[in-house]
Amino acid sequence: MKRALIAPLFLAGMTALAIAAPAAAETVAIVNARIETASAAGIIPSGTIVLKDGRIAAVGAGVTAPAGARVIDAQGGVVTPGLIAPSSNLTVSEVEAVPSTRDDRSGKLSAGFDISYGVNPASPMIPLARQTGLTRVVATPLLSRGGAGGHKDDGGADDFAGGGGGEEGDPAMFAGQAAIVSLAAGDQDPVVRARVAVTLDLGEAGARNAGGSRGAALVLVRAAFQDARALSRNRNAYERGESREFGLSRIDLEALIPVVEGRTPLLVRVHRASDILQVLRLAREEKVRVILEGAEEGWLVAGEIAAAGVGVILDSQADLPDSFESLGARLDNAARLRAAGVTVAIMGSRDVNNLRQQRFNAGLAVANGLPRDQAMATITSDVARIWGMTGVGSLTVGQEADVVLWTGDPLETSSWPQAVFIGGVEQPQSTRAFELRDRYLKPAASGYPPAYQ
Amino acid sequence: MTSRLRAALAATATAALLAACATTGSAAPDRPAAGTGPAKPVPAGLDPAARPDPFPSTYAPFAAGPMAIRGATVLTATGQQIENGVVVFSGGRIVAVGGPDTAVPQGTTVIDGTGKWVTPGIIDAHSHLGVYPSPGVSSRSDGNEAIDPVTANVWAEHSVWPQDPGFNRARAGGVTTLQILPGSANLFGGRSVTLRNVPSVTMQGMKFPGAPYGLKMACGENPKRVYGGKSRSPSTAMGNVAGYRRAWIDAAEYGRKWDDYRAKVSKGEKADPPKRDLGLDTLVGVLRGEILVQNHCYRADEMAVMIDVAREFGYRITMFHHASEAYKVGPLLAKEGICFATWADWQGFKMESYDGIEANAAIAYRAGACTVIHSDDPTITQRLNQEAAIAMAAGNRIGLKITDAEAIAWITLNPARAIGIDGQTGSLVAGKRADVVLWSADPFSIYAQADKVFIDGALVYDRRDPRYQPRSDFELGQPGEGAFHP
Repeated sequence: MKRALIAPLFLAGMTALAIAAPAAAETVAIVNARIETASAAGIIPSGTIVLKDGRIAAVGAGVTAPAGARVIDAQGGVVTPGLIAPSSNLTVSEVEAVPSTRDDRSGKLSAGFDISYGVNPASPMIPLARQTGLTRVVATPLLSRGGAGGHKDDGGADDFAGGGGGEEGDPAMFAGQAAIVSLAAGDQDPVVRARVAVTLDLGEAGARNAGGSRGAALVLVRAAFQDARALSRNRNAYERGESREFGLSRIDLEALIPVVEGRTPLLVRVHRASDILQVLRLAREEKVRVILEGAEEGWLVAGEIAAAGVGVILDSQADLPDSFESLGARLDNAARLRAAGVTVAIMGSRDVNNLRQQRFNAGLAVANGLPRDQAMATITSDVARIWGMTGVGSLTVGQEADVVLWTGDPLETSSWPQAVFIGGVEQPQSTRAFELRDRYLKPAASGYPPAYQ
Repeated sequence: MTSRLRAALAATATAALLAACATTGSAAPDRPAAGTGPAKPVPAGLDPAARPDPFPSTYAPFAAGPMAIRGATVLTATGQQIENGVVVFSGGRIVAVGGPDTAVPQGTTVIDGTGKWVTPGIIDAHSHLGVYPSPGVSSRSDGNEAIDPVTANVWAEHSVWPQDPGFNRARAGGVTTLQILPGSANLFGGRSVTLRNVPSVTMQGMKFPGAPYGLKMACGENPKRVYGGKSRSPSTAMGNVAGYRRAWIDAAEYGRKWDDYRAKVSKGEKADPPKRDLGLDTLVGVLRGEILVQNHCYRADEMAVMIDVAREFGYRITMFHHASEAYKVGPLLAKEGICFATWADWQGFKMESYDGIEANAAIAYRAGACTVIHSDDPTITQRLNQEAAIAMAAGNRIGLKITDAEAIAWITLNPARAIGIDGQTGSLVAGKRADVVLWSADPFSIYAQADKVFIDGALVYDRRDPRYQPRSDFELGQPGEGAFHP
């Protein structure tokens, strides 16, 4: 009954959207482009791509621009799918040092925390992110001590506060639920899909969260899974107050039910080889799907990860033994994992301040052994694959027209996006950073302060 | 302005050198000569002038024969790009730099640089390697003496752990010289130290001979957050400035006491030496132009205030670090002859970096300011070439037409200038130290790798030869064993 109701409503919503965004009807042909499809079609050295009704209508060397289409001559520029940030706080965080602007940490709820409610489509970071080629992002929650956009000199609490930790505010074990978010300008409801994963920090962070040891963390995780199953099996008993005591709240256990049922993956941040193997075993024994994030020592157990069919999200810059759980960090981690058959998604900085790093990190992976023709997939189609997104991530007929035209090699420092399309709609170029730039680029001729410019 | 700055820094370096000569030339450097007057000799360690270099460098270049790189594109960092160039070095020094016809003496080992690029060694003017080493555990967190806002008495060199694996990673990225700074928790964080990026058991074995010291100062949010959080001053921006001024007043007073004492001694009068104060020694070193001010400062308006503080007390600021808003005051920095060091952009992580933009360096550079790209980070330091490339591209996107030949100076000659060693290194000029990087491609490309790195003419890193891939003691027997070279 419910399903029957939902479908027409959903369709009605789609129609409303289409009407609200008439620009989506624009037909665009980008000609004379090097096209990196990020699909089995590989790289087309010179071709045309046609965007129509918000989708990719044609792509190839022999394609001609349809009559009436707006034709953009790429003049040898490169067309790629829109980049997808595989794990980020974009859209849910502004200034790291201003907690009131951050909605990427629960503080209290565990698995139940739902990051999608904090998404702010008006974030000034979104236009900037589009200028790094991003069109979509997976907003993932953190434990309060996780991640950092700052640096040593500027220090976090660790450096200056004499140890006063943030652990007290941490939720138990799970950091919450992730969401897939579109970066389309003017989209007032940009959450493509909420609750796409529950995130879990293991290794040192998980141990700290569980009171100091890895052994405690994994026991608690397994117990939480058992509790979620128990709740799912017998809700009536719970409502009557007849079930045994659970370790997590009902809200948190509800969020874990799709995980233990294998419908929603667990995003596990983990670094040491032995911890990765523990996660693979956990997944096998508990029959849950997992995605790994971090995995600096993944190359040491690449075969096991590949055999388990588990995708890995990694930062290809990570080559320092910056903790005792990443002593084996290497610049060729991505290349080795990929060679072993692992699906790899390359991330930039997690935080909003260095998002542009994603494409450069793919280039860095190439400099360290990843075949160039596989690089584009690590920041587009394989991100989509790992996250189970359909209809985006590659330049294939029928896919949503999330497309970027670059001035040159998109992995190079010397190129930038010339045009960004999301759902076939060309996105505005302006960003707050560009406005600042242009204000100070030339001294005002008027004799008035820059504020008048 | 640039030449003015260079002259000032050269004068400083000369003064430091003269002081060193005077010390080594005296028969008993630890004690004043007897019989100069009724003043009692000052016991060892109590006279700041007796041993101005109490932790002297023991660095000696590695053995190396004469070497030449032929056929590469050479960026000299003096504005030149030489195609099919030749760089010859011998005895640790650059002997010749020129086109394909440059003579290579017999007996020189010649490296084929065809299709490759050569630059001076990369210089990171803002590093915390060794003081915030990997692994980043609290027992090795030695970069901030965050117990008092004025800790000009501490010296970063006493926190440096030479076994930090980060030094090896940085070297693989072409970094040959680093300025290691204390952190920015304090108004005055302490002295910096400039290191040759060579593996060494001791810190002294890395110290750059004759490099002047720097003094780390910090504007803005960090000091007031750290001390405001402890219910101490400074807790506000105005508290910060009051703190700087009070310290400079103390320093001037202390300097005067020593001057009075020495005047009396020289006249043969009886006099008691002032009690030595390590922090004020450092501040007096700044007032005398011997120690360079390295000032962490993000915001344009705060830089302008710091310039006035410096003017009030008669010292010079050598470089603003981070300087996210340099683009708002490019002409001011140019006029004052103050360098600025920044990232391509690392913005929005705190309010004082909220206005950071990628074109920061390019706009201020075109306004005439001495431009430096720094890392402040053990990851970015490995790819300062690409950090500079991103900053350059942001400028070129708005038509500023910055060339490779110009931008290479942002990570070589300009940081050398800003830490007072440009007379010795930072550009490919005959007579300078042979700090040289051979790149696999245009160094501003994302795909470029440092193939060979030379310090004082000796091969210190080779991407293809495990014999020249040093590993830290810490990395032995660990997973990966520091084998980070694919």
